[in-house]
Amino acid sequence: MSLLRHTKGGEVHERQALTVNPAKTCQPVGAMYAALGIHKCLPHSHGSQGCCSYHRSTLSRHYKEPAMAGTGSFTEGSSVFGGQANLLTAIENMFTLYKPDVIAVHTTCLSETIGDDIPQITENAIDKGLVPEGKFVIHANTPSYVGAHPTGFANMTKAMVDYFAKSTREDKVARRVNIIPGYVEPADMAEIKRLAKLMGLDPIMFPDTSGVLDAPQTGVHEMYPAGGVTIDELIAAGDAQQTIALGPVCSGPAAKALYAKCKVPQTTMGLPIGLAATDKFVMAMRSLNGGFVPEEIKYERGRLLDLMTDMHQYFYGKSVALWGDPDQLVGLSELLMSVDMLPKYVVTGTPGKKFLKRMGDVLGDKVHESFVRQGPCADMYLMHQWIKNEPCDLLMGNTYGKYIARDDDIPYVRHGFPILDRVGHQYFPTVGYKGAIRVLEQILNVLMDRQDRDSPEETFELTM
Amino acid sequence: MNGHNIMTTAIENNIRLLEARKAQVQTKGSEPFNIACEKQSVAGSVSQRACVFCGSRVVLYPICDALHVIHGPIGCASYTWDIRGSVSSGPQLHRMSFSTDLQEKDVIYGGEKKLEKALLELIAHYNPKAAFVYATCIVGLIGDDMDAVCRRVSARTGIDVIPVQSEGFAGSKKDGYSAACHALDQLVGTGDTSDIKPLSINILGDFNIGGETWVIKDYYEKMGLQVVSTITGDGRVDDIRKAHGASLNVVQCSGSMKGLARMMKEKYGTPFMHVSYFGIEDMSRALYEVADHFGDKDLLKRAQDMVRDEVMRIMPELRKIRQDLEGKKAAIYTGGAFKAFSLVRSLRTLGVQTTIAGSQTGNPTDYKQLAELCDDGTIILDDTNPLELAKFIQETDTDLLIGGVKERPIAYKLGVAFCDHNHERKDCLAGFEGMLNFAREVHGSLCSPVWKFSPFRQKHKEAVGSSQTTEKPKATYIPTNVIKPGETSGGGGESKFATLTIGATEVAK
Repeated sequence: MSLLRHTKGGEVHERQALTVNPAKTCQPVGAMYAALGIHKCLPHSHGSQGCCSYHRSTLSRHYKEPAMAGTGSFTEGSSVFGGQANLLTAIENMFTLYKPDVIAVHTTCLSETIGDDIPQITENAIDKGLVPEGKFVIHANTPSYVGAHPTGFANMTKAMVDYFAKSTREDKVARRVNIIPGYVEPADMAEIKRLAKLMGLDPIMFPDTSGVLDAPQTGVHEMYPAGGVTIDELIAAGDAQQTIALGPVCSGPAAKALYAKCKVPQTTMGLPIGLAATDKFVMAMRSLNGGFVPEEIKYERGRLLDLMTDMHQYFYGKSVALWGDPDQLVGLSELLMSVDMLPKYVVTGTPGKKFLKRMGDVLGDKVHESFVRQGPCADMYLMHQWIKNEPCDLLMGNTYGKYIARDDDIPYVRHGFPILDRVGHQYFPTVGYKGAIRVLEQILNVLMDRQDRDSPEETFELTM
Repeated sequence: MNGHNIMTTAIENNIRLLEARKAQVQTKGSEPFNIACEKQSVAGSVSQRACVFCGSRVVLYPICDALHVIHGPIGCASYTWDIRGSVSSGPQLHRMSFSTDLQEKDVIYGGEKKLEKALLELIAHYNPKAAFVYATCIVGLIGDDMDAVCRRVSARTGIDVIPVQSEGFAGSKKDGYSAACHALDQLVGTGDTSDIKPLSINILGDFNIGGETWVIKDYYEKMGLQVVSTITGDGRVDDIRKAHGASLNVVQCSGSMKGLARMMKEKYGTPFMHVSYFGIEDMSRALYEVADHFGDKDLLKRAQDMVRDEVMRIMPELRKIRQDLEGKKAAIYTGGAFKAFSLVRSLRTLGVQTTIAGSQTGNPTDYKQLAELCDDGTIILDDTNPLELAKFIQETDTDLLIGGVKERPIAYKLGVAFCDHNHERKDCLAGFEGMLNFAREVHGSLCSPVWKFSPFRQKHKEAVGSSQTTEKPKATYIPTNVIKPGETSGGGGESKFATLTIGATEVAK
């Protein structure tokens, strides 16, 4: 029985207790990723050593970068008496040795179940003088048995607002806009910032992992690379004119918290993947800059549209299987629909309100041709069963699709998190007009490679 | 030796260590050797270590016809899904990820029912030879009676369902090894041993990464030994069941399998010996010692013949590679300390000096032995972190780091070559063939032209040009067919220095 032949077609058996080959991972890794998007922040995993080690390994495998984080090193003792002593020691040690500006504590299933009260322990640390002047400890509750890695990202991003954002004046600062980018690559964050600056805005992006997890080689070990949102910026977010939250699951909670705390108006929209979604993002920014769109952005848009036109004949009617994070899936689906491809199978293990409704909106009258599943047991095994019963033309998602791609010999574009088997993806954005160009090129390349491979000699052609 | 002074000063002056960690770092030769180890990591350290669950999971994972079910929230299953290149010659069931994906309500009401359902469903579907059920942190905390569930399912299905007590917080990775050994102990002794010959062994502690178990097994079989079971590389449940029928346990990887060897000695009287399969010296010694154990002349003769043939086969290329590597410096950071011994020797074979040697889980005996093996001035580390590692590498001017997934980007950021000797190695590094692969990997990274662009090397070039240091000049980026090993040592000759400092393109003149 080979690995690749485990999944069989036929009736799709409904499982209740078992997840096979998950399309998600747990909250803390998302929290760690978000925390790395604060400048001079050291994430801290309040739990067993393994958690921290697994998250750091996963981030290193995906970004090919060192991922720094401290561990609570829980023992039997801590699990009986609570993790207060561990956290106090950790705070002292980390500020002494690693000198971060911020320690971002996230919990684990262990410390959550024990019931450690992180704010109370942190206060205790401040009372004991363990937190140096001008340094901070923030936290997010990220039990692994609730939600998934995007939830953890959302929780830590919200913590940035809860701990730092301040409203310091009556009127808001014109053109200062908060952008919450969602769980995207460092290159995506850089691209979103570039667009905002081109629009004449003064963006505060949080979190911002660009310059942290795609940092250059400097010849020294940089505990804290140059990138990341600063504390001052996070404080100043409270005076911004507007918050634009990209992705309701990952960015929505922080935007809402910022409105509640500092009355910064917010717009939550999908990730700017594809032409229509990027248009929406640009229009949102246009409403803040006095109503102009610079030539450079119009030019980029025009080029994307031109490319879509050049390519559309090849995409017609192709069906796609997608898996990954809800915000990404909605964006990708919209992009695919815009070039007449059908997101036929969509699977996410991550819970999130309104995902199914959002997918329904995107799919429109094609909704009856698609299988969309969310939550526990919405895993790669289920997707594979669907594909066995009725194949599709393309796979798009993280590394975990490679087994299906090989077993069923389906063209495959890697997208999302994690990508553990390719290098370089972290440098190329998939958001904005430029990002869409890259995604479409990737899709068409694998489809045409397949056509070249499969076509008989007589129809194997030089021009396509 | 001048390296000694430089490095001692490095520790004292330039690197800030946590007070509680000071005893876990020592420089060979600078003081009576007495390293602290086997300690829980200090809270707040950026440790490279993992947990109990991780230890059990990596050890049992290669048993490829068993079901491996992770009882806990999804993370523990996601992170260990097909991450270890332990190859199987048959079933691939071990590479699937099965999880009970515990949710909040399960944490409140308990996960036993869910586990039972999942197991019944899986066993009906896959009909495995046995099932391992791993406990994660949360299971220990909410008090699920995993033993009872496993017993029930076992009784109902007739399949051995073995609980692995691997709650993450219950110790270190090493305790996970021990939990795995206890699980294996439940299988050993349940199979028929009537077809086992007296000249027979079990291979313990090799995990068949890159097909290493196959290479080792082949050596032993060529010697004339029957290999009863391989635990756990390319492992099979039925082979493990009859492992007690073998006359000797040959144990590699000091941490993970010593436990099982001891249990088998106690229960069945099976003697065991420690070996390593990395490097020519250790590989040959392993074969000879096993032959010695049986006191069989034919075995020894065949081992000698094989060693001679193999060494002759790989030596020409090794010699060639050594010319390029002579005088380079390496840092080693491994999971267990035992592997570090072999690596120090293997590197010596290649003309590479070890400047830093450390492990995640070594014990006092390991480190003492490691220190004896290393040159004066070598820094010995227990449970280190990226900050220390990076500083030591720079201050000892090390050219190569050997480690695992978390160490790789640290090396690359510094502009230092890297060789993965952990789960993510793709080539067989064991045996004679493996020594050659190891040499090629080290050579490939160390002599890559990319380093000539790296800022660390650039700075170094400037430093070598101006400083009074009596250290060996670096030759990382130098095509070494131009600079012979003899010419680079000592480092006094100005004319040679001048050539060395100019830059790769001009050096070739």
